[in-house]
Parts: sequence; C-alpha cells; structure tokens
Amino acid sequence: MNELVFFINNVVIAGSVTGSIYAIGAVGVTLIFSIMRFAHFAHGDMMTFGAFMVLLLTTLFPQAGAAIGVPTPLIMLPLAMVLTAALAVGIDRAFYKPLRAHGVKPIVLVIGSLGVTLMLQGLIRLFAGTGGESLYVDDRKEIFRLALPIEGVRVPVVITEPQLYLFVLTLVAVVGLHFFLSRSRLGKAMRAMSDNPDLAQASGINTNTIVAVTWVIAGGLAAIAGTLLSLDVTFKPDLSFFLLLPIFAAAIVGGVGHPYGAIAGGFVVGFAETLAVFNWSVLLRPFRDSLPEWLSLPGNLAFVGTEYKIVVPFFILVVILVWRPTGIFKGKVI
Amino acid sequence: MPLLDARDVHGGYGGMNILNGVNMTIEADEIGVIVGPNGAGKSTMLKAIFGLLHVSQGEILLRGEPIQNLPPNKLVQKGMGFVPQEYNVFPSLTVKENLQMGAYLKPGNVKRMLARVYEFFPPLYDKRHQPAGELSGGQRQMVAMGRALMAEPDVLLLDEPTAGLSPLYMNEIFERVKEVNAAGVGILMVEQNAKQALAIADKGFVLAAGQNRFTDTGAALLADPEVAKSFLGG
Repeated sequence: MNELVFFINNVVIAGSVTGSIYAIGAVGVTLIFSIMRFAHFAHGDMMTFGAFMVLLLTTLFPQAGAAIGVPTPLIMLPLAMVLTAALAVGIDRAFYKPLRAHGVKPIVLVIGSLGVTLMLQGLIRLFAGTGGESLYVDDRKEIFRLALPIEGVRVPVVITEPQLYLFVLTLVAVVGLHFFLSRSRLGKAMRAMSDNPDLAQASGINTNTIVAVTWVIAGGLAAIAGTLLSLDVTFKPDLSFFLLLPIFAAAIVGGVGHPYGAIAGGFVVGFAETLAVFNWSVLLRPFRDSLPEWLSLPGNLAFVGTEYKIVVPFFILVVILVWRPTGIFKGKVI
Repeated sequence: MPLLDARDVHGGYGGMNILNGVNMTIEADEIGVIVGPNGAGKSTMLKAIFGLLHVSQGEILLRGEPIQNLPPNKLVQKGMGFVPQEYNVFPSLTVKENLQMGAYLKPGNVKRMLARVYEFFPPLYDKRHQPAGELSGGQRQMVAMGRALMAEPDVLLLDEPTAGLSPLYMNEIFERVKEVNAAGVGILMVEQNAKQALAIADKGFVLAAGQNRFTDTGAALLADPEVAKSFLGG
C-alpha cells in the first residue's frame, strides 16, 4: 500500500500539476492559432511575464495577503493577469499587427514571435536577475500531509497549498472558457472567426475586436499558468524554455485550434512526462520475492532520467506529427 | 429611387480588370438575376457590390447613397446581405449559432428574426442544435441564406445559391428566394441555372466579358431567341 501512495504522490498529483499548467498554456496557443493562424512562440514568456508581475507586486506589498489570510501572490494574480493581458495586446499592436497588415505569410509571424521571446526574456532578466526566486516572499508554503486511515500505510499523501490552488483555478478557467465560448456572443464570434474569417467579416463581426479579445484571454491564462508553476517550484526568467515544447506538443496532440483538445492534450503530455520519469521499481518491490533468481530488481527503473524529461513531449510531438498530424480532435495542421 | 443602382462599374483583382462597365438597377421589391458564360464577371460583380473587390471606376448607389468600396461590415449595417457561393456557413457552429452570427450587429433582432428564419426554412428548426458542417448541401444553403436574413437586409446578394444541388433542392431554394422577396427583400443573384432563374426574375442581366450584353425583364430575355441561342443553351 505504501507503494500505491508513492504512485499517487509522484504520478497522480505530479501529473495533474504539470498537466494543468500545460493545459492552460496550450489553450492560449491554440486560441491564438485558431484566430491568427500562427504558432505563437513567445507564449511561454508571457507566462514568465505573468509570474514576474506577481513576484514584483508581492515584493512591493508583501503584507497584502495577511490581512485576509490568503498568500500574497494569490491576491496579486488578478492584477498580474490584467497586466499580462495588456502586454499581450500591446505586443500584438506593436509587432504582429503591422506584419498582418502587410499580409505576410504565417511563418514571418512565427519568426517575429521568436524575436518577442528573446526581447521579453531579456527584459525580465534585466529586472529579476538570472537566478531563481521564490514567490513566497513573506508567506509560508503550506504542505498538507494526509495520512490514509489504512493499517500499514506509513507514507502520507502529500499535496502543497499552491497545488490545491492550481487545481481549483484550472477548473475555474476551463469551465469559464467553456461557458464563454459556447454561450457568450463574443465567444461564439470567436469560434465563427476561427471557422471562416471572411464570412465572419461579411456578417459584420469586427475582427480587430476578436483579435484583441483573444490576446486578453491568452495573456490572462498565461499569467495564471506561469504564476502557479512558479508558486509550485520557483520563479526563473528562463521558465519558458521548459514550457514551450510541452505546450506546443499539448496543443498539437489535442488538435490545433481546439480549446478542449488543448486541455486534453495538456494532461496527456503532463502524465506522459511523469509516467516516463517515474521509478517503476518502487511499484515492483512488493513482488521482489516472487521474481525468478536471474532477474534482480534495479534500484531505479524509469523510462528516462528526470534530467531528460524534456525528450518526452518531443517524442510525443514527433509521433503525433508523423501518424496523426491533426491530433486527437481533428484540428488544423500547423 | 431604385434600391440598388450600379453605374458603369469597373474593377478587378491586382490591376487585371474583370468588370468593364457593368450597369444594374433593381427596385425594392424586385428579383434581379445575373446570368452569362463562365468568366463573364458575374460573381465578381456581386463581390464588387459587397465591397470585397476594389471598384476602380463607376459608382454603386444603395437608395441613392454611394457605397462603392465600403467594407462589408459597413454594408451589413446599411442593409445589405451577402451569401457567398462557397464556404458560406461556419461549419463547427450549430445552425442556431450560425444564424445568431448573422444578427451580430443587431443583437436585439435575434429572437424575432430566428423565429422568422425558421418560418422560411422549417428544416433548420429541427436541426438547430447540429453543427452546420454536418448538413446536406441544400440545408447548408438555407443556413447561409438564413444567416444573411438575420440582419434584416433590404437587399440580399446571392452567389449561385443552387450550385451543386440536386434538382429537388434547387426548386426548393428558388421557392424560398421568391418567398423572401415577397416578404419585402430585394434580391440580386448570380445563377448558372439560367432558365429557371430568369423565370422568377423581374430583371435579368446577361453579362459577357465584363459588360452588359442584354438587360431586360426576365420574361423578355427568356423569349428573346438571340439570348436563348447564345446563353441559354438553345
């Protein structure tokens, strides 16, 4: 039973954490693609920027949360979402909109977004330095240890405070997005523009408004994902390097242009990663005695070492692109 | 004052002129039909009216007001609706959502106009929760026309509404066009099925090489042996 708890801690919880972060990021990438038809490489840095804004605000007002009994970074998150959304709209106005106005090919926008990546990372480094920073400036990170009421189980299920917030916020974001896209006039117009931009325009839908709304949503979600990841581990200016590949893998696995597919894809990639680095030897340990003599159980039995975790989304990406380029939900091909 | 009045319209894509002086006039309660051989500029003319193509010379008046080269969303506000020949629905949106998008600029219209569009096209009511991409060609054409009607246009431009449809659906669409017109919407449509279309037309415009070849009432054009010989296949 202890092994099962170990599995819950290291796969179920860890996988849900990474999956949630990838899912929220991938939704942004997929929405941007479905409206503007280009792969936005600077998305990871919008996540970093959101987390950086939280760090900045928390450092400035470290006591803000104590008054209500909530960690300060969480209080600052809505403000950081607004700032990141504003940054996203601003970047679009300054860099992508002029390119679109010239009617360039999507690849030009992709390369442009690569430039934005480097610019954002440089800016964040300039202010935050190159090292890691904890977002918990004045608060303590609560860790909950839930002992299972089963005899012989010594290992508790461990879940941290930011992880709980992550699950709640992911749920809220997904449900909110669903209602926005399926019920609201603007959400439907967004889907309409994704389906057929010319007809959307012929129906009188203002495509500039839809583009701006897309950036606001993608920016706000990016801030959530970046902040929650930084809360779970630490804030680093180069977070995006570890996020970009899995997020694009998630968007493509789900079917590019499908928000629900991106959510599913995020969890597929997140769980694939955790399962690949999980030490399966632990689960096999109870059966150690019944194994034949010539087969001894190694101490570490994982598909890949933790340091090579990044190959997993890369592998998934290659497999999907070769065998099912439209993804699970039959999206568009990048 | 005519509802729609196009005078000596010239235009084309990227310097290549396709329209070389087209004239068209329809009154508020009329059906105008544009026929002619392939490449005559029929669809191009509709696109020029709806602001999808640059008009380099001439003018287009909607109730006396010049509208040439206005963007499509402005024209929708001024009471014009356009149904393209292809890609004329939002495939992943449900039928109802497609129709709602048609009234995007007039959200107050949605409830009332939805009921009217379902009256015009009863099959759409039963399929209202289905994605439009799953419908048959004829039903998709109904969704496309319904979407354009949602904004309560004064004039509806239809680009080959019966293209690729079975004869059964073709007749149905012509019937619907007549009904919509009877409800007070001026129609200007391009048609390949020239004889059937001219039969319901108040005015017919036979285009060739980007110019009017014949312009008359639908009945007169059908009766004209020269039109019949050159353009209606004998």
